[in-house]
Amino acid sequence: MIDVFGKPENFAGRLRLAATLLAVCAVFVAGAAGADDAPKAEAGAKADSGEKADAAVNSENGKYLTANGDPTYHIGADGKVDWYTYSGYLRYSSECLRCHGPDGMGSSYAPALVNSLKTMPYVQFLSTVASGRKDFANGQDKVMPQLGLNKNVMCFIDDIYVYLKARSDGALGRNRPTTHEPKPQAWVDAENACMGPPS
Amino acid sequence: MKRLVTSVISVSALALNTAAFANESVMKGQDNPKEWVIQAGNYDNTRYSKLDQINQSNVGKLAPAWSFSTGVLRGHEGSPLVVGDVMYVHTPFPNIVYALDLNNDGKILWKYEPKQDPNVVPVMCCDTVNRGLAYADGKVFLHQADTTVVALDAKTGKVDWSVVNGDPKKGETNTATVLPVKDKLLVGISGGEFGVACHLTAYDIATGKKIWRAYSSGPDDQIMVDPEKTTALGKPVGKESSLKTWQGDQWKTGGGCTWGWYSYDPQLNLVYYGTGNPSTWNPKQRPGDNKWSMTIFARDPDTGMAKWVYQMTPHDQWDYDGVNEMPLVDQKIDGKDRKLLVHFDRNGFGYTLDRTNGELLVAEKYDPAVNWATRIDMDKNSPNYGRPELVKKYSTEANGEDVNTQGVCPAALGAKDEQPSAFSPKTGLFYVPTNHVCMDYEPFRVSYTPGQPYVGATLSMYPPEGQSNMGNFIAWDATKGKIVWSDPERFSVWSGALATAGDVVFYGTLEGYLKAVDAKTGKELYKYKTPSGIIGNVMTYEHKGKQYLAVLSGVGGWAGIGLAAGLTDPHAGLGAVGGYAALSNYTSLGGTLTVFALPD
Repeated sequence: MIDVFGKPENFAGRLRLAATLLAVCAVFVAGAAGADDAPKAEAGAKADSGEKADAAVNSENGKYLTANGDPTYHIGADGKVDWYTYSGYLRYSSECLRCHGPDGMGSSYAPALVNSLKTMPYVQFLSTVASGRKDFANGQDKVMPQLGLNKNVMCFIDDIYVYLKARSDGALGRNRPTTHEPKPQAWVDAENACMGPPS
Repeated sequence: MKRLVTSVISVSALALNTAAFANESVMKGQDNPKEWVIQAGNYDNTRYSKLDQINQSNVGKLAPAWSFSTGVLRGHEGSPLVVGDVMYVHTPFPNIVYALDLNNDGKILWKYEPKQDPNVVPVMCCDTVNRGLAYADGKVFLHQADTTVVALDAKTGKVDWSVVNGDPKKGETNTATVLPVKDKLLVGISGGEFGVACHLTAYDIATGKKIWRAYSSGPDDQIMVDPEKTTALGKPVGKESSLKTWQGDQWKTGGGCTWGWYSYDPQLNLVYYGTGNPSTWNPKQRPGDNKWSMTIFARDPDTGMAKWVYQMTPHDQWDYDGVNEMPLVDQKIDGKDRKLLVHFDRNGFGYTLDRTNGELLVAEKYDPAVNWATRIDMDKNSPNYGRPELVKKYSTEANGEDVNTQGVCPAALGAKDEQPSAFSPKTGLFYVPTNHVCMDYEPFRVSYTPGQPYVGATLSMYPPEGQSNMGNFIAWDATKGKIVWSDPERFSVWSGALATAGDVVFYGTLEGYLKAVDAKTGKELYKYKTPSGIIGNVMTYEHKGKQYLAVLSGVGGWAGIGLAAGLTDPHAGLGAVGGYAALSNYTSLGGTLTVFALPD
């Protein structure tokens, strides 16, 4: 995939892609997360500023954010992870594991996301998940599906991102996190808004 | 006009001829040990060869005779076929077929490469594998990833007919082989992780015209059961036996996929196959027994009607698909000759049934680690007759959504997956490649979108506590339900076995070894490391008076995904042991056919 985010002169392209992305995900992500949309688009525009700013500086209702407004993980001294990271582990293992392997470690079939996330910014992560990608290099037919309309993925895309970010930063080891913060009401509300009320 | 009538008559005569010979050609091929015309070697699915040139005394001298790169890097399941002087080799997606000339050092006689939309690739669960071709009546049959079934002229590779069996946009794909029976071609379908309502379909072997389609779940006419005549454990199934066991319309996304192996008894005229998991993996979202998922079906291939059914895992809570092979053997039980069907289910039980009527004779664990059920209720007077006795601690239904059920054995990939077993009539034993892996399983809510994964559970896998081997290769007595011997393997054994009259049994390992063991004792007699991990099945043939052995290597499939990076270690703090080794440290991708022979 062409890395439009890595080139500062490609600012217009970035915005366009971010806009497309929001359109693709609007129904689910935006619908669920509501007020978070604006910071997300802004964060995408800033993603190539060269800052390495994964540290959580803010938290809203149990969701941790970086200085530029991207979602991020929070892991306490006792190894307790925030709810989003824990939920990300669950959803990753359900929706992504069958190609990308356990714990983001990769497989004979798809790349290790613990490596990909070292260089892939948040907005590019969103667009790749939503739009999919194709890679026919080295005689391999690698195809990632478009998941933009998959609620089981897109309703939890921030969760999956922060989980993988923690893995790729080396802040979180393999296996299920042993302890986690309680499930915030805001998360429950967002899940119901995105997935529809429980049947 | 007269000419037209004549030509119509000659065309239909040809068609009739073709129909009559289709069954015979497979019968002839399976009775000739020099050939290997369908994936299992024979309709019985015993994967037994009468060839005995390679035997216990000389197998140690076995050596590669020639090899062939398939040009594809994904997981290579199934095996080549040999018909006359030609070997037919298939590949995973893009599903290339090669015809190789055995008289000319494997020169390529023809190559067929279908054009398929690559968007089918990510819709396939767990790699783009294909379990191979079938030959009948001058045609080679291929069921592509995108569900297109093609009949190729065996001499030229030209497409004789093709038909589309499903829609990948709805998550319908294919990984399985097909089975030619009489004048029909039996074809299954995959998509259990995408909420597909799966089925078995019979096409006219001469034209590709659809004859019948039997769904795994739904109304009686769609699942092709007769409420009075179709039986389950000796009793009529009754009206709407499937619909009653689902809530509302959930059967419409109910899975029950037919991606395994099909066997056939020409005397009884019955075809046997199993159905896969009910969708989703979250049992809380689909109350009921979810019939007829996880079921052994016996069907009349002419009409499609089911003679008997047996559901092994009602209301599945662990993804224990019931699709594994259904070998048919005749053995004595309690001194009486019985026509048996033996089945090593993913759920860890080895079942022996009377294949004439579906009576359950034996059901025992073929891996001692199996813990989700204590036993199968064998009391004919019990209301739970034939059902597993569940252990609450390991029930993901009882523990519920958002609860992590720990230490369930076997893992979702089963005590054995699709990798087929072999049976030797000389020893009376089955040779079974197994997985020795347990799991944590946490179901949660998911929503259904056509063509999107519909899973709803998180799982992590690891070897049974205190053990480091992730697989065993075992010998099993199906009349008693007992393990006779067991060879531990570092990784799950994901390769189909071959038993031979030379009293040697062959299988491949995920590191890439082809192994030969003594059929009586399991003692290793030979091993050779092929270029990549083996998830294909071992086959044998004879050419110009010499016995050969062939196997595809090319790591991938569920094994390549689950084991590539090594399993998760629940006791990581205590120091990782060998069992958690990463497969990627032992082998890498690459599709290669390796052919073995004794030195001249």
